[in-house]
Amino acid sequence: MGHVLREGLQQVVNGLSMGSVYALIALGYTMVYGIVKLINFAHGDVMMIGAYVGWLATSRLHMSFVPALLLAMASCALLGVIIERIAYKPLRNATRVAALITAIGVSLFLEYGNMLVASAQVRSYPPVLPSVSYKVGGVYLQYGAIVIFATTIILMILLTLTVRYTKIGKAMRAASFDKDAALMMGVNVNSTISATFAIGSALAAAAGVLYGAYYNTIDPLMGIIPGLKAFIAAVLGGIGIIPGAVVGGLVLGLTESAVSALGASTWRDAVAFLILILVLILKPSGLFGKNVREKV
Amino acid sequence: MKKIFAFLTVGILCLSLAGGCGTTGAAAGNGGGGTIKVGGDLELTGGQAMFGQEAQNGIKMAFDQINAKGGVLGGKKLALDVADNKSDPGEATTAATKLVGDNVVAVIGPMTSSLVAAATPVVTDSKVPLITPSGTNAKLTMAAGGKVQPYIFRPCFIDPFQGQVGAKFALGTLHAKTAAVIVDQKSDYAKGLADTFISNFTAGGGKIVDQEKYASGDKDFTSILTRIKGTNPDLIWLPGYYNDDGLIVKQARDLGMKMPFAGGDGWDDPSLFTIGTPAALNDTYYVDHVANDSPDMVQFVKDYKEKYGHEPNAMSALSYDAANMIINAIQTANSGDPAKITAELDKLTGFKGVTGEITIDPNTHNPQKKAVIKENKNGKGIYLTSVSPS
Amino acid sequence: MKVLNKKNLVILLAVLVVYGGVQAAIAARLIPPFYSVNLMLICVYVILATSLNLINGVTGQFSIGHAGFMAIGAYLSAIVSVKLHGPLGAAILAGGIVSAAVGFLVGLPTLRLKGDYLAITTLGVGQIVQVVFFNTNYVGGAAGFTVPRTVNWTWAFWLTVISVVIIHNFTNSTHGRACISVRENEIAAEAMGINSTKYKVMAFTLGSFLGGLAGGLYANYMYLIQPTTFSFLTSFNILVMVVLGGLGSMTGSIVGAVVMTVLSAYLSQFPEWRMVLTALLLIVVMLFRPSGLLGTKEFNLGFLGKKGESRAA
Repeated sequence: MGHVLREGLQQVVNGLSMGSVYALIALGYTMVYGIVKLINFAHGDVMMIGAYVGWLATSRLHMSFVPALLLAMASCALLGVIIERIAYKPLRNATRVAALITAIGVSLFLEYGNMLVASAQVRSYPPVLPSVSYKVGGVYLQYGAIVIFATTIILMILLTLTVRYTKIGKAMRAASFDKDAALMMGVNVNSTISATFAIGSALAAAAGVLYGAYYNTIDPLMGIIPGLKAFIAAVLGGIGIIPGAVVGGLVLGLTESAVSALGASTWRDAVAFLILILVLILKPSGLFGKNVREKV
Repeated sequence: MKKIFAFLTVGILCLSLAGGCGTTGAAAGNGGGGTIKVGGDLELTGGQAMFGQEAQNGIKMAFDQINAKGGVLGGKKLALDVADNKSDPGEATTAATKLVGDNVVAVIGPMTSSLVAAATPVVTDSKVPLITPSGTNAKLTMAAGGKVQPYIFRPCFIDPFQGQVGAKFALGTLHAKTAAVIVDQKSDYAKGLADTFISNFTAGGGKIVDQEKYASGDKDFTSILTRIKGTNPDLIWLPGYYNDDGLIVKQARDLGMKMPFAGGDGWDDPSLFTIGTPAALNDTYYVDHVANDSPDMVQFVKDYKEKYGHEPNAMSALSYDAANMIINAIQTANSGDPAKITAELDKLTGFKGVTGEITIDPNTHNPQKKAVIKENKNGKGIYLTSVSPS
Repeated sequence: MKVLNKKNLVILLAVLVVYGGVQAAIAARLIPPFYSVNLMLICVYVILATSLNLINGVTGQFSIGHAGFMAIGAYLSAIVSVKLHGPLGAAILAGGIVSAAVGFLVGLPTLRLKGDYLAITTLGVGQIVQVVFFNTNYVGGAAGFTVPRTVNWTWAFWLTVISVVIIHNFTNSTHGRACISVRENEIAAEAMGINSTKYKVMAFTLGSFLGGLAGGLYANYMYLIQPTTFSFLTSFNILVMVVLGGLGSMTGSIVGAVVMTVLSAYLSQFPEWRMVLTALLLIVVMLFRPSGLLGTKEFNLGFLGKKGESRAA
């Protein structure tokens, strides 16, 4: 009996580790959606670029972990602003579907553009996170997983505080609520949206570097599945709600772990997408969202 | 406005049709002159892009070397005509069709078994020989009714042999009584190796205690590993590709699982140790085509590193051999005619490749080759023993 | 309007000339295999693009999982022709019908969603279909399903023509007009007494049916089908064709399918660039000409007939 319990606990830990990775990626996703109302399909690919910058910095420029992380975040913030200015801004008043198509285009451009530059070869991170695991009561906890979990929680708090209490955060909420009114009240909507993308992309980059360091491998297509999973996490928690993304990520991780624990590991992705579809049909506002009635 | 776009559309239609016709003529005129074209139906993009790119390197090196020596048939240069099959079977058919249309004398690739199966009808219809450097599925060279596919060849051994060697090694050398199997659900290759391992292992008195599945590209395997841990097997048979293998072994060690792992030639890549860690990969073993430290390989490894800046893997070496098999066939036949090249490949005996001596069995088109078993020790795959076909 | 008016006669003649010309060229072995494969692919993609256009363009919904329905059609037709030894026509039809049934079941609950949410849902459906085929050993799992080549030019061409005619007639019928009204303004359409869910599901089901037919053609021509063939990238390719041609324009989708297939064939020599260019093309079209080459307009032979009469089409 103790044996079964230990195995069950280990699966819970596995699920939480996996879930905190989804949660970390989902933070930036949900923030951008919350402010700009755009599914930034390229979010997972910005994460991939962040992972590559971090890889270049650590393995080629021999930087240590924290400077490499900061460099990746800064470069991706810039990339995010450029993407927004070139690809999304002209479509701000177009339909959401038009913006989504463009976002898919940007996503594929980043994937295959990077394949052109860095080749399709799988690269491996230098051991920036020590590969240590702790044994607590027969359950193994990985150092990397603890780091990711802690980072996710810290970033969630910082992000919530930023959006709620800082000047730029208030500007973001104003722009999200009513762009024209915000403009009239003296909010520089363009730079506010740029800032949103900069922060969102920097978060993606942080996720990318940690992801690369934790799972040790990066490749140009690495962002697709985590990006989609993060989106599912964000929808599950209520898209646009920052703590919701974290809860959504953890719930998704636990569900996937449970599916595998029951011996259906190859159905994991199908279950994840099924959750997405069910949430969208039954409660599109997610676990934490309020239902909004459509206005005519 | 309406008219302008109407004409624009017609214009584009005409252009695309005219373009189509234009190149039809050009393609027909090609093939002669100072070059002999060999097709490469390779996985340059998509999931198995690494294989195609390593293969392209290996083939190009073989061609560059012969061209530097003055080419074949009295001064004709060999050129590689590459078509990307995008790691997709449908595209592999399209790519093969394109190459055949370009009048190539032979095709190298695809690298993966299911894509070879997709390209086979095309080359067979056009009577052009195809060498797959690393398609190890047993069925590839056999047509319906137990007859050999007349135009399909390979320089590598086949999956049943790998599974058989693995099971023999697990029972005999590692003294394993129980084993768990982890299979990549998306890979025909992994399934083939798993099946033959299981049948040989159980026939030899061993017991399979658990079978788990994953899909290549997954990054988190802790859940299935936790399940296996509960069954505590003596050995885990993991016949996947190195990116997944490295991660799986590392995550298993992090979960406190200390049993040995073993797998097939998909493990063979230097980056296995950067993906997993050298310490985690100690006490793991794999069946392979060739050891980079074997005497036949020394020159090839040196040249390859010089040219491309990284160590070759089995894919590059086998593709290099495949290219040289074609060069050899062209030279012995003294002709660039696909039919004559096919005839030469059919009776190839004692060909000295870097991956070992290759003799094609005319009844199966499989080479008679030894397999080696390597042990991963402190970040290097070290030659342990070799196993002959029985 | 007579069925055999001048315009329709010209179109019929053009269709017969194209068919006869290519058929003669194939019979005379004038077309190298690479081009005949691409001719077939053009047929398959024309059906896929025009049927997706029915959903995305005409009805204004947004599916990015069309490859999933293609997969269902492909696998079902393969089961009928290989496992059950059925005739080709029955196989392709069965693929289409099952695909339509799945489309109906999926569409009923999901089509209440709007725009980008619907898009992501269809993406999810496409992924789930892929996972199901991966896990079904009856159809070969990951290794794929080997299908003998029974489709020829005649099959591909006439099935394409029939599909295009069905879509054209549907679009111009009362139902089609209702679909367009849903696209233009769903709330207004509802106010006018149009049951928007009914028409959305109708268009989605018909689109899925035709997508399934295209899958059946593909499976019975390409020798081997695998779950990976019907990945998100395939859905994306079909989407690019529709967007390039102009969302809402059937002739635009046809042009898009032809152009993209030919482009893809040429760029197969520069594989690294192929996807980058496709992605860039999509972005540029969305930024500078979001309505695509033709917008919602149709290229027609109106200038041949009397003014006014055929402009209505």
